[in-house]
Amino acid sequence: MRYSGFRVIREALTGHKGWQPAWRDPQPQPAYDYIIVGGGGHGLATAYYLAREFKQARIAVLEKGWIGGGNVGRNTTIIRSNYLLDGNQPFYEFSLKLWEGLEQDFNYNAMVSQRGILNLFHTDAQRDAYTRRGNAILMHGADAQILNRDQVRAMYPFLNFDNARFPIKGGLAQKRGGTVRHDAVAWGYARGADSRGVDIIQNCEVTGFRIENGRALGVETSRGYIAAGKIGVAVAGSSSRVMAQAGMRLPMESHVLQAFVSEGLKPLIDGVMTFGAGHFYVSQSDKGGLVFGGDIDGYNSYAQRGSMPVVEDVCEGGMALMPMIGRARLLRMWGGIMDMSMDGSPIIDRTETEGLYFNGGWCYGGFKATPASGWVFAHLLATDTPHPTATAYRFDRFRNGLMLDEKGQGAQPNLH
Amino acid sequence: MIINHPILGPRDAQEFVYLGDAALINRPNGMAENAADTFHDYLYLRDNPAGLHRELWYHEQGDRSWLVVTRNTLTHAITAVELARDVARAQGRSK
Repeated sequence: MRYSGFRVIREALTGHKGWQPAWRDPQPQPAYDYIIVGGGGHGLATAYYLAREFKQARIAVLEKGWIGGGNVGRNTTIIRSNYLLDGNQPFYEFSLKLWEGLEQDFNYNAMVSQRGILNLFHTDAQRDAYTRRGNAILMHGADAQILNRDQVRAMYPFLNFDNARFPIKGGLAQKRGGTVRHDAVAWGYARGADSRGVDIIQNCEVTGFRIENGRALGVETSRGYIAAGKIGVAVAGSSSRVMAQAGMRLPMESHVLQAFVSEGLKPLIDGVMTFGAGHFYVSQSDKGGLVFGGDIDGYNSYAQRGSMPVVEDVCEGGMALMPMIGRARLLRMWGGIMDMSMDGSPIIDRTETEGLYFNGGWCYGGFKATPASGWVFAHLLATDTPHPTATAYRFDRFRNGLMLDEKGQGAQPNLH
Repeated sequence: MIINHPILGPRDAQEFVYLGDAALINRPNGMAENAADTFHDYLYLRDNPAGLHRELWYHEQGDRSWLVVTRNTLTHAITAVELARDVARAQGRSK
């Protein structure tokens, strides 16, 4: 069923009796050409592009719980392509371009809103660094603009421009950045994949890989053995646990990241704003809640809940930037598990086991990458060669000294 | 989280800085034939378990000792705290 304005009117006039489930609930088949482990944003996007671009017939997505219940269902919904390094920026710009045509492409309202993103700076050195970053972005064909203090003041007059520690001197803006309705991304990809014949199998946990002579033959699951030609793993915070079943240790730690939503307020912030020096970033949802966050808690965790000191730290950052939010109440907060890699950049690569492929290490930046991640992972699965925008995302970059360390922090995942 | 420091007693985890897996104590031999491989594994690869995890915490806002804390990454419950010095010496490191 195609969704359209006409369809909504027709259903409204006929008592909404024509709507159907957006995807099937199939039983697992004994064998598939491709199995994607993980029914999150990246896994569903991978299945969607595999089915659409590479015309492969038998594809399944295996999900331990329900689809879209992990990090794609709990993030701060920001999209952008404002990276510095050559290995990153073309990939994220590819992703932003896919976002721009996504809703027409999969016929689902994902509420893609290019409301712009602004990174604030506070010193001459930061202005230089952001100018350099802006130039790198422009040289890769994306958009970037340095705003001075008055231009920032025209956008957000209520900011604390004369903060003693971090006076606002300007910002790096990317107007094509913005936000997306995160759940709709998972649902849109699921519906699009399902309509192209992909079996989305929920409540099906992968408990092991069947590997013989260095080749992956299939997966053991809570619903029985399923054979596969090729297996792609995209399980974010569970990466180390799942890949350990294939005997691998990953350059990765799992950390908890918290995010917060305030009560609904009148329209206040029309874009996305980051206050990196104060470990705080914020946007306003269409319902009016301020959606904001800060740093990860900083220690290994699979608990999916954060600690109070970080709540205090993030709220202090918000108060330093926008003192008038002090009376706003916090509506809810949550913690998700991030697959923090050793250089802060992802891995999309083959493994030493033939037929087993890995996609992970997204740290806390995986949401914006969802379309491109799915596309290039599908490309890798189908052709065994990396997509031109993802050639740097290899396992062996740590061995070869070719790290993609945007922040220059070294092998210290809790600092990325 | 409260970390029960072996010398100072219960201290708030906010006084500490986190480094990571306590296996970092076991620095490989840099003069060995296969040092490039062992240092790659030592520096970049992690077990990253869901459950009990032995990890290094540094008491930066306190007595500046390094601790080995055994903590459950699923519950954040801490079950053992040792001085990293004692752990390293028990493994025959240093003097």
